[in-house]
Amino acid sequence: MDPGFVVATFWRLMAALPLTLEVWALSVLIGGVIAMGLTWMRVGGSKPFAALSRGYVFVFRGSPLLVQLFVIYYGLSSFAFIRQSFVWPLLRDAFPCAVLSLALCTAAYTSEIFRGALAAVPNGQVEAAKACGMSGFRLFRRVIFPIALRQALPAYSTEVISMTKATALVSLVTLWDMMSVALKIRNDTLVTYTPLLVAGAIYFVLNFLIARAFLTIEYRLSKHLRPRRA
Amino acid sequence: MTEPCAITVVDMRKRFGALEVLKGVSLTARDGDVISILGASGSGKSTFLRCINLLETPDAGTVTVGGETIAMRKRRDGKAEPGDWRQVDRIRSQLGMVLQSFNLWSHMTVLENLIEAPVHVQKRRRAQCIEEAHALLNKVGIGDKADYYPSHLSGGQQQRAAIARALAMRPKVMLFDEPTSALDPELVGEVLRVMRALAEEGRTMLVVTHEMSFARDVSSRVMFLHQGVVEAEGPPAELFGACKSERFRQFISGQARQR
Repeated sequence: MDPGFVVATFWRLMAALPLTLEVWALSVLIGGVIAMGLTWMRVGGSKPFAALSRGYVFVFRGSPLLVQLFVIYYGLSSFAFIRQSFVWPLLRDAFPCAVLSLALCTAAYTSEIFRGALAAVPNGQVEAAKACGMSGFRLFRRVIFPIALRQALPAYSTEVISMTKATALVSLVTLWDMMSVALKIRNDTLVTYTPLLVAGAIYFVLNFLIARAFLTIEYRLSKHLRPRRA
Repeated sequence: MTEPCAITVVDMRKRFGALEVLKGVSLTARDGDVISILGASGSGKSTFLRCINLLETPDAGTVTVGGETIAMRKRRDGKAEPGDWRQVDRIRSQLGMVLQSFNLWSHMTVLENLIEAPVHVQKRRRAQCIEEAHALLNKVGIGDKADYYPSHLSGGQQQRAAIARALAMRPKVMLFDEPTSALDPELVGEVLRVMRALAEEGRTMLVVTHEMSFARDVSSRVMFLHQGVVEAEGPPAELFGACKSERFRQFISGQARQR
């Protein structure tokens, strides 16, 4: 491997990192908000809402992300009513389509993580809070959410990490993310390993940092689970 | 003038499916009364206590706390539900409940557990709540554990912290739901001592328990539930001395054999 080529590849890939990060951050953020809505629908007590939420998870968890991405980017534009509607300026471009499909997909997984975390909140602690006169949002904010958050973190960090890897798919809808640049270098130079390995290494470091960040948060929220220092 | 009633329950009924757990149970506690509620497993005694602060919704009956009756209404399917949840929250904060398995909030320290409801439900001043909380912890004998998390305490210490948490709301009445049943035998004494001290300072208490000595020596009245009805009721000396109820005599001799 030519060190000069490795360095040049590295910097060309790094130039595409912002786009990868943008797609990742926006889809995790939007997906998280949708997931909260889905979880609320699922556990809120209304049967039609719960069925809707279950159906959503069934569809988006059950089909490949690549299919969802292609349906949204290539498929929707074939409907005239969508081309004429107010959402067309958004759906016309690859970037919003990529963010949207990644967000919709991660929302399905994330809502299941949130649901599991809520189910793991000990009922006795909720009952104790009710017996103290807490209810509604206050009960959620002061007791249910802090406990559920701690429960959700390990699984949620895995989902967030898997999303950085999922961003590589957006290279297939004309976006110049790190993966597209790596493939372009490979096509142009006919060197296969170097661009892919360097790209892989950057994804790896990125995920390492995300994992560390989550571990730090987890550690801070686990004081009550560690033995007390004398 | 009659003595003020801290809590009055009239004709409470509750059914779970086909099983009628409470078949019209009434109770009146004046200020300073300590009422032990006894009964075999399945007699409805815990359900009765949980219906008082609406952790279970009674099908019928009224609960009055400090002169205020909890408003109930019928749902379209015929089941009862509270008419005003804000009233329920307010009344709940006047009833300090101690549960069998402590249920301290695991993510908060003991001190945070104590000031949570006073600060966030009753909107009292934080500094004052902290001061009161320390005094309460000293009173239940764990003054040095304020910054411990519940998982760092023994069962007996957790239950005493839970009692302090209930007291921190300055409740009119304390409700105890089998407070010593989840404890190792050697830890029962420390919790009973705290409860006895509370009784002696004149707190109004309803205590669902299996501790016969507490019922006999500490309470001002004993209520014995059998299959959802009050089978016997009266001052402990009367009941434990010569009770007319054959079932109650059987119950206490059965409890004595288990010791």
